[in-house]
Amino acid sequence: MTGAPLPEPAPSPTATDAGVPSTQRAARPRWRETLGLLARNPTAAAAGLVLLAIVLIAVFDETLAPSGPNEISVEDRLQAPSLAHPFGTDDLGRDILSRVVLGAGVSLRVGFLAVAFALVVGSLIGLLAGFYGRWVDDVLMRFMDVLFAFPAVLLAIAVLAVRGPGAGNTALAIGVVYVPVFARVTRASVLGVREEVYVRASRSVGASDFRLLTRHVLPNAAPPIIVQTSISLAFAVLAEAALSFLGLGTQPPNPSWGLMLAEGRGFIDIAWWLAFFPGIAIFLTVLCFNLLGDGLRDVLDPRQRTLMAGGGR
Amino acid sequence: MIVFALVQLVPGDPIRLALGTRFDQETYDALLARSGLDQPLVQQYFSWAGRALTGDLGVSFRSGETVTSQIAERLPATLTLAVASILVALVIAIPLGTLSALRPRSVVDRVATVLSQIGISVPEFWMAIVLILVFAGTLGWLPSGGYVPLTDDPVGWLRRLVMPAVVTGVVSGSVITRFVRSSVLEALGADHVRTAQAKGLTSRQVFTWHVLRNALLPLVTITGVQLAYLLSGVVVVEIVFSWPGLGQLALQAVQARDYPVLQGAILLFAVVFLVINLVVDLLYTAIDPRIRR
Repeated sequence: MTGAPLPEPAPSPTATDAGVPSTQRAARPRWRETLGLLARNPTAAAAGLVLLAIVLIAVFDETLAPSGPNEISVEDRLQAPSLAHPFGTDDLGRDILSRVVLGAGVSLRVGFLAVAFALVVGSLIGLLAGFYGRWVDDVLMRFMDVLFAFPAVLLAIAVLAVRGPGAGNTALAIGVVYVPVFARVTRASVLGVREEVYVRASRSVGASDFRLLTRHVLPNAAPPIIVQTSISLAFAVLAEAALSFLGLGTQPPNPSWGLMLAEGRGFIDIAWWLAFFPGIAIFLTVLCFNLLGDGLRDVLDPRQRTLMAGGGR
Repeated sequence: MIVFALVQLVPGDPIRLALGTRFDQETYDALLARSGLDQPLVQQYFSWAGRALTGDLGVSFRSGETVTSQIAERLPATLTLAVASILVALVIAIPLGTLSALRPRSVVDRVATVLSQIGISVPEFWMAIVLILVFAGTLGWLPSGGYVPLTDDPVGWLRRLVMPAVVTGVVSGSVITRFVRSSVLEALGADHVRTAQAKGLTSRQVFTWHVLRNALLPLVTITGVQLAYLLSGVVVVEIVFSWPGLGQLALQAVQARDYPVLQGAILLFAVVFLVINLVVDLLYTAIDPRIRR
């Protein structure tokens, strides 16, 4: 975890390189600056573009899928990839490409919902614990420690056992697992920002806690949280696939990548394409979220940037 | 207490599930009384916690065996896989991470970075399926799954261990590689390393005595975290390779609403987590004398 409190990055020479006048920088959000820097990192930019394509596929899944994901055609069963079915067909003659496209919708929706839940709940807990300290910090973070001590997959399985299977519950299960991660990252970041001069100055002129938190602490503590969001999305997509693979997540006949892998496993020696294409889809999505997360860390966290670039030498 | 509360939240009647569809009221009541589920929850908790302290984790609703014996039966398989995986992980991570830190931005560094990214992003169960297809199916070199104890058949034990250990080891190794790289880089940049170079030590001496030792601390931490994760049962890999580990036991316990087994397993994972953290702290003081002060 990011144990050490991260200092708020001062406007760095690289920020000026991005062509943003310093007078605007103070007033405007830093996202344009971040995007500009990110675009100069070819790996992160490529990952971002691929992700954008995957998200668009997920949003327009029903329009883009060549045929219905559950259209059964017995005479077409277990066909190898061909022009008519680029990814082949499964044991019920369903088109794998259509199922992979619709699976994108299912997997990403669950991933985004899970991370949104963890982000909101975890960051709120971390924000309160870091800002107020003392007993608030003790109570909240000890509870987070307990949650963190549970093996992630088992915690998710236990939540699913309580709530029953299905996409919404899978998102909740994965979200619960990531709450302590966001709480820790946010707390560490808030601890670094809390004592900054601008926060004390604002407090001394009588700003309320709410104003301090929303206007000063949270925006400046945000960079590590943004990085964590991208990395957590990668793991959420993986976790959804794993839970669906175990039969606890998305239920048939809905096409989820993990579920398709589980279904394809039985035919692996006669029809490799059943498990191959959903696996590639999971791998590609997770890889892009991870690469984007790395790129964001390079841009938003200057200490890591020097380290990763070999600047420590 | 949290272990107990979480497990109690799992809905469904364990006795009904254990008995199946055909049973009479008398058998049901008898089993209910025997399992103690007719007692109030608070009483159930104190009796469970009291017994757990003495090492008695109760009896499985499903099989009638004691939880301790069920866990003991699965422990060797889990320990074997966890230790083998962490060895695979370290064999991959230490050379790869060190090499890429010694030559940042070189070809080696880029290849190592790409490989570790791939290792982190690949779904374990997919890699497992592909390995089974290649090494058990097409080539026929290794069995597709199962477990035999080392004492019964050492060769069979090793042949069955290779694929699961490689799958989990590659994933953990990829995570550790990144930590090794950044901690070696950080150690290389430290002032005392520059001093050591300035006083004329050879590169090997500088690396062994000044870089590696400082880079070891983060390595120990992340290895501990990975070991705890591996010991808590890599459920999905265990399922794919029919590996009779604790993860599989816990999953079956959730599905059967077998409270005592689930409580026992989760309690054990929590203890493992605490023990590993303790060992990591102790190793810290052994590696870095400054911490002892």
